[in-house]
Amino acid sequence: MDLNFTDSENAFRKECRAWLEANVPSEPLPSGDTKEGFALHLEWEHKLFDAGWAAVSWPKQYGGREATLFEWLIFEEEYYRVGAPSRVTQNGIFLLAPTLFEFGTDEQKERILRPMARGDVAWGQAWSEPNAGSDLASLKSTARRVEGGWRLNGQKTWSTRAVFCDMAYGLFRTDPEQARHRGLTYFMFPLHAEGVTVRGVDRLDGDEGFAEIFLEDVFVPDSEIIGEVDKGWGVAMETTSSERGLSLRSPGRFMATAARLIDLYHRYRDRSDPVLRDQVIQAWMDAQVYRWFTFQTVTRMAQGESIGPDSSMNKVFWSEMDVRTHETALAMIGDALELDEGSDGAVDGGHWMKGFQFALAGPIYAGTNEIQRNIIAERVLGLPRK
Amino acid sequence: MRFAFTDDQKMLRDTVREVLQRECAPEVVRAAWEGRPEGVRAVWDTLAETGVIGMTASEDSGGMAMSELDLILPLEEIGYAALPGPIVDTVAVGIPLLEAAGTDAQKERWLGPAVAGGARIVVVFEDQALVPYAASADVLLVQRGGTAYCVPVAEASISPEQSVDRARELGRIAFETSPQYQMRDDVDTASLFALGRERAALGTAAQLIGLSRRMLDMAVQYAKDREQFGKPIGAQQAIKHRLANALIEQEFARPTVYRAGWSMATSARDAEIDVSLAKIYAGQAAKFVAKEALQVHGAIGYTIECDLHMWMKRAWALAAAHGDAAYHRERVGRHIL
Repeated sequence: MDLNFTDSENAFRKECRAWLEANVPSEPLPSGDTKEGFALHLEWEHKLFDAGWAAVSWPKQYGGREATLFEWLIFEEEYYRVGAPSRVTQNGIFLLAPTLFEFGTDEQKERILRPMARGDVAWGQAWSEPNAGSDLASLKSTARRVEGGWRLNGQKTWSTRAVFCDMAYGLFRTDPEQARHRGLTYFMFPLHAEGVTVRGVDRLDGDEGFAEIFLEDVFVPDSEIIGEVDKGWGVAMETTSSERGLSLRSPGRFMATAARLIDLYHRYRDRSDPVLRDQVIQAWMDAQVYRWFTFQTVTRMAQGESIGPDSSMNKVFWSEMDVRTHETALAMIGDALELDEGSDGAVDGGHWMKGFQFALAGPIYAGTNEIQRNIIAERVLGLPRK
Repeated sequence: MRFAFTDDQKMLRDTVREVLQRECAPEVVRAAWEGRPEGVRAVWDTLAETGVIGMTASEDSGGMAMSELDLILPLEEIGYAALPGPIVDTVAVGIPLLEAAGTDAQKERWLGPAVAGGARIVVVFEDQALVPYAASADVLLVQRGGTAYCVPVAEASISPEQSVDRARELGRIAFETSPQYQMRDDVDTASLFALGRERAALGTAAQLIGLSRRMLDMAVQYAKDREQFGKPIGAQQAIKHRLANALIEQEFARPTVYRAGWSMATSARDAEIDVSLAKIYAGQAAKFVAKEALQVHGAIGYTIECDLHMWMKRAWALAAAHGDAAYHRERVGRHIL
């Protein structure tokens, strides 16, 4: 057990910090879940990529720096510490890319990864359907074999930022004779192609961060399949475990939120009772604990262990912690909490209410926490499925 | 930042685990509850033979000079088995304290026997009124009025108190604070006792992780075995989610204890904050797991004949011992706010 960082990790941290402090926009960008904000966030992504920071853990040939997982966590800590913009490329970098590294062909990796990481091609996910949410295997969208490729039909929904994106990925039934998770294939498909309609859906927090995608005989060539035909479920599971596990929610962002909460407490302590004070302490401790838990997980991964269903514990913990932390902040702000972004009197620009609403999505997306608890009970504790 | 124990540390854990599996079945704990502590005493002797009891003593004193971090995994196993006795007092706190602050005569009389398993040490901190295991200990290291004393149990008076955990042999102590019992006056005993407090909190947290793990194991096994409505109750989502929550609490508490062990072993800055986190999270997890395990067991869990209660009661006592959550949260609060 050595809970110090190595000399080279400390040097890496210093390098991250120096670059971020010199380059992060001094004024926060408008929300990346709006049209104008999204464009500005993509510009930021170009800058990150050109300096080699967009995907630090990737191989150098795709624009990464071959950082270790520990270094990646350090990068994330520094990234959120300076309050750098949210990553609108995350559905590509953190969800699709791990799948491509595992299952993609050399041609696919060569063609897709660099433009994805630079933000030149923006990727959205297309998992859910109107009648297939938690029960993803009940999905109805189909892909039909045609000359030179496939025709996609169906409807996807809750596609984050798809209204601003160029490409998406999801599962389609290629074998109508098979049921459930058999006979599905993992496709990538263009959002601007003939037969595709993307309709934005305003989220709880008011941003057009969701979209529905309607597909009518959309043609895609064979080169857009990841893995084997009819074997898409296993490929997709690779993506979902990175989504709910480490990739999407590194400890750095929660430590930054906890630090901001303490700053808020110092400004609002006069109206904080001992209960609120305890909640502030609890929020700070939870972020620490999440950090240690994550470093412990990364230690296991670095030793070659597979994490698998354990990642469900991360997802439940961070998502519920994030809600509690924001609830604590709102309780300190008092009745001014209802002032929305753009109101003059809004505390910290309405950031806490916005963040609270975003945090409320955490227990729902990337597999609801109820599904995560089923996974933990069945696959970690070994309780019977039925 | 690598959270991984060495092969040696894991080997020591396995040794302790095997001893306890062999010699400390629930019936042995139950016997201690019923005033028959012979089995528990025999486990202590075996642990002494393996070197665990003396592990923190210096090599000159016959020990292995092991650190707070080395203690974590063995103490987790001791919690798992619910082995009663002043093991944290003796191993984590008492032996290093006696070595550092005992007079030559005190060390001569008690240190060797403690390392060999023949003398059990109980440590009593300044404001500590309730003392577990004093009656069956051999020597008390006591802080009273700013002075440190080393008092043979035979020369102290002990008035028993009834703990909900009958195996804890709770009592209050009194003794004549005469100079003959004083520990060395040329060392800073206040600092040494303060360090002892941190070790006691850490060792207690490690035991709490073990208690949680055992209660969760019991509940999971029960949920697989017990059938209602024609299937195991563990197939019901309501039961699954309780047990998943229990596992999450337990597994997030675990690295806090490892972190605190490392911080103490390396004298890291703010080590006492890490100890506080460990005590808070391990205590909360054990209490939470206890409650969920009871609910999963249903009525059988609410009986004395079911073993679960012995683990629950130990968990309640240890979660409050050496600083409860409120005490440690306040320590963290003073540090960060």
